[in-house]
Amino acid sequence: MYVIIAGAGKVGWNLARELIAKDREVTLIESDHSRYRVVEEELEHAVQYGDATELWVLERAGIQRADLMIAVTGDDEDNILICQMAKEKYNVQRIVARVNNPRNLQHFRMLGIQPAVSATDLILRLIEHEVPEYGLIQLLALEEEHLEIIELEVGEGSVAAGRRVQDVPLPDGSLIISVLRGGAGFVPKSETVIEAGDQVLLILDPGLESRITGQFTVGQAGVSTNA
Amino acid sequence: MFILIVGSGRVGSAVAKRALEGGHDVSVLDSDPLSHERLDKDQSTTWEDAGGRFTVGTALEVDALIEAGVEEADVFLAATSGDNTNLVIAQIAQRRFKVPRVVVRVADPGRAAWYAEQGLLTICPTQVAIDQAERLVLAA
Repeated sequence: MYVIIAGAGKVGWNLARELIAKDREVTLIESDHSRYRVVEEELEHAVQYGDATELWVLERAGIQRADLMIAVTGDDEDNILICQMAKEKYNVQRIVARVNNPRNLQHFRMLGIQPAVSATDLILRLIEHEVPEYGLIQLLALEEEHLEIIELEVGEGSVAAGRRVQDVPLPDGSLIISVLRGGAGFVPKSETVIEAGDQVLLILDPGLESRITGQFTVGQAGVSTNA
Repeated sequence: MFILIVGSGRVGSAVAKRALEGGHDVSVLDSDPLSHERLDKDQSTTWEDAGGRFTVGTALEVDALIEAGVEEADVFLAATSGDNTNLVIAQIAQRRFKVPRVVVRVADPGRAAWYAEQGLLTICPTQVAIDQAERLVLAA
């Protein structure tokens, strides 16, 4: 597998190191000359000097035969364009883009730059995971694959509390895949009884969240369902 | 016609002034409030008194684009100093806000040519300079 990484900042440099350690062929592209020279001392020919938004720089790095393009510069416009050209002009099979400002995530999505990874967003989700004051936490959303994983806390007196997994009324396209209880997680069986205070992970088709939340929380629509 | 121009540099401000004189509605968006001076330069009235609009904001922020009137724009010109910014906001104007006519300035001839093939109306000052220089130099 041949990987091209644009941007030799902390993220790009460390990614290149890890991938090289895993015996991947890697070319790192850096546009700042002094940074390039620092990185070149360690990575030698695996780093090239140039602006990865320029076509000839990408071509010199061998983009035509790349299997993966990773754009992790500190500039969102650059990351969008690098991935767009890799995907649409050079038919690179897989792309990964870094989102610096989470408010730009919508632009990545609209222009088909997926997956787009935002460190700020990831940390926010971890915070939400640690401080579950919201009813629902989205843990993973793979839009192209049409897949989502959410976490919910089971409320006292909710529909799900005290029921076996198989008896919790859930819409088609959703499944309870894990239960976190007392600090440990396990994969439930259909006869496992859900308890109030449990945290449950569900895998689902996007768009079903509102129909699922009601079964695990109290005082919301869906609670009156008596299956 | 309602024309939205992003980037009040030499090109953006000059086109804005001509379009306003030509009787069009013109709105200019730039992140630098001082760039407004270019719109007033050599004019008898201020830009606003002449009927122009000016918004301070970052073009990549959707709120700024909306405030500047992207939803009503008939024509969109991306003329900031950054090629990549221009190419991204031009595509936002075209695909998200369905602006009928989107023009984008791209200094790099390679990217300008490829994005022109993808349906953007690109202007490449570098290519113009190359062609002109070639003509004049080889005419000797």
